[in-house]
Amino acid sequence: MGRSWKFGDDIDTDAIIPGRFLTIYDPKELASHAFEGTRDEFSKEAKSGDVIIAGRNFGCGSSREHAPLALKGAGIGFVVAKSFARIFYRNAINTGVLPIVCEHTDKIPDGSEVSVNLPEAFIEADKKRYPLEPIPEFMMKIVEAGGLVEYAKMRGNK
Amino acid sequence: MGQTIAEKIFSAHCKKECRAGDVVMAPVDGAMIHDITGPLAINVMKEMGGGKVFDPKKIIMLFDHQIPADSISAAENHVMMRKFAQEQGIHNYDIKEGVCHQVVPEKGRVKPGDIIVGSDSHTCAYGALGAFSTGIGSTDMAYVMKFGELYFRIPDTIRIDANGKFQNRVGPKDLILTMVGDIGADGATYRALEFCGRAFRDMDIPGRMTCANMAIEMGAKAGIVPPDKKTRDYLKGRCDYTPFDLESDGDAAFFEERSYDVAEISPKIAVPHNVDNVVDVSEVAGKHIDQVFIGSCTNGRYEDFVEAAEVLGDRKFSDDVRVIMVPASRDEYMKVLKAGLIEKFVDAGALFEAPCCGPCMGGAFGLLAPGEVSLSTSNRNFRGRQGSTASFVYLSSPSTAAASAISGVITDPREV
Repeated sequence: MGRSWKFGDDIDTDAIIPGRFLTIYDPKELASHAFEGTRDEFSKEAKSGDVIIAGRNFGCGSSREHAPLALKGAGIGFVVAKSFARIFYRNAINTGVLPIVCEHTDKIPDGSEVSVNLPEAFIEADKKRYPLEPIPEFMMKIVEAGGLVEYAKMRGNK
Repeated sequence: MGQTIAEKIFSAHCKKECRAGDVVMAPVDGAMIHDITGPLAINVMKEMGGGKVFDPKKIIMLFDHQIPADSISAAENHVMMRKFAQEQGIHNYDIKEGVCHQVVPEKGRVKPGDIIVGSDSHTCAYGALGAFSTGIGSTDMAYVMKFGELYFRIPDTIRIDANGKFQNRVGPKDLILTMVGDIGADGATYRALEFCGRAFRDMDIPGRMTCANMAIEMGAKAGIVPPDKKTRDYLKGRCDYTPFDLESDGDAAFFEERSYDVAEISPKIAVPHNVDNVVDVSEVAGKHIDQVFIGSCTNGRYEDFVEAAEVLGDRKFSDDVRVIMVPASRDEYMKVLKAGLIEKFVDAGALFEAPCCGPCMGGAFGLLAPGEVSLSTSNRNFRGRQGSTASFVYLSSPSTAAASAISGVITDPREV
């Protein structure tokens, strides 16, 4: 259980983590600059279990993996949005910040009490349930392995 | 049923018939890393168990975003990447050659029909040469460096048919901005674009690079121009390439088809803070600007500086505007230098810098203060992209940028 952080459409990766912080790789340190200048309270108040709720095209722009890492460092385990930009979607799967498509994000206000139930594919916000779209089968293999690093380790050196 | 270019490229690589929607593990012909996303990819590859990269000859390494090192942490990242290159036997272009998306084609590291990945979103630029090239993150890149292949979902294709001739002082950047405005920032997500028609056949390779570069600004995975004689001429002396036909079959299935008459396009500008906020330059003409940036992987080539010089003529840039010019590569720098344009620009009041990404991504130099306005020939105008989140970035062609730098306000290049 955590709080919802509500965002609009077209949230770009420059907003999630500005270009001047890209020499940093530590998720916690990146998290201290997440949404700097566009939503300063996020880095101060976000905590483990919180969920990002967004509109269309979340994570558009740069391929910087610093973006999902910054969210991970802030304790975000799930981003629930109407749609995702392609590169962010893969980066998020690979780094273990799960991007989940949900067409009902308009109905979830900022600051609600939310929790994601992945096996049963719903998000509960202020005691109301909204269905989630399943993660595509081939991406689920990576999720189930624990991310692409673990998936690669299972493959070994073949 | 026939196939699209993307389906043909994946079928050839996977040695089976591939269709849009299929998920395949495909081998890559090249993998590019730079100083921003490379260190993370190298660290992740070590987490995956390390070892040798799949083929050092297929890894392209260079530094372009924060060069010459603009901070101690940037310098440390460069050192770490140099060491990795040395250990792995990877050729490293280091800080000497320029911006990745100019250097990769210039050095003959891409050819038609290739699958190229790069840990930079504008890797789609190599579609200008008929390759399927796409941007990936650092963890995907670590996987590629180790295994030489990656998962792809083969995209549907949106076919663009552009015909006609551009008006004077209107060109490829105005065309691609028009498309971004029409299709929208996510209108081509998970799809490939094919850039076809007379306007693309007439367009030189630098213009095609400008268009393919911005496919990602519509969310696209790739933006491909069918290769032709211009492609062959460009590649001559750069790499071994045996020409073959690569275009969509007549009965290929497209997700969508759009057509443009480029003669109807007027100078375009993307206004803050989204790339798809595209309007005619005339709609925002007269707006004061503090800085003009001509450069980047989108518009930092010799032809772009010639375009700016033609608009400039014998005039000077406005005293009220800081004009920063950065060529996309050492080769482009030399061409501009030999043509006498650097002297002309510096004399007119510009700063002419060495090849790098420059102010495009708001990391290295040329950052904006709160309230300042930049007009830039680069590819993104997100809030805070070039500095303060309270600054404003407009995107245009080199002609519009030069015309505006002369008058100090946003100006239609046909009116100077």
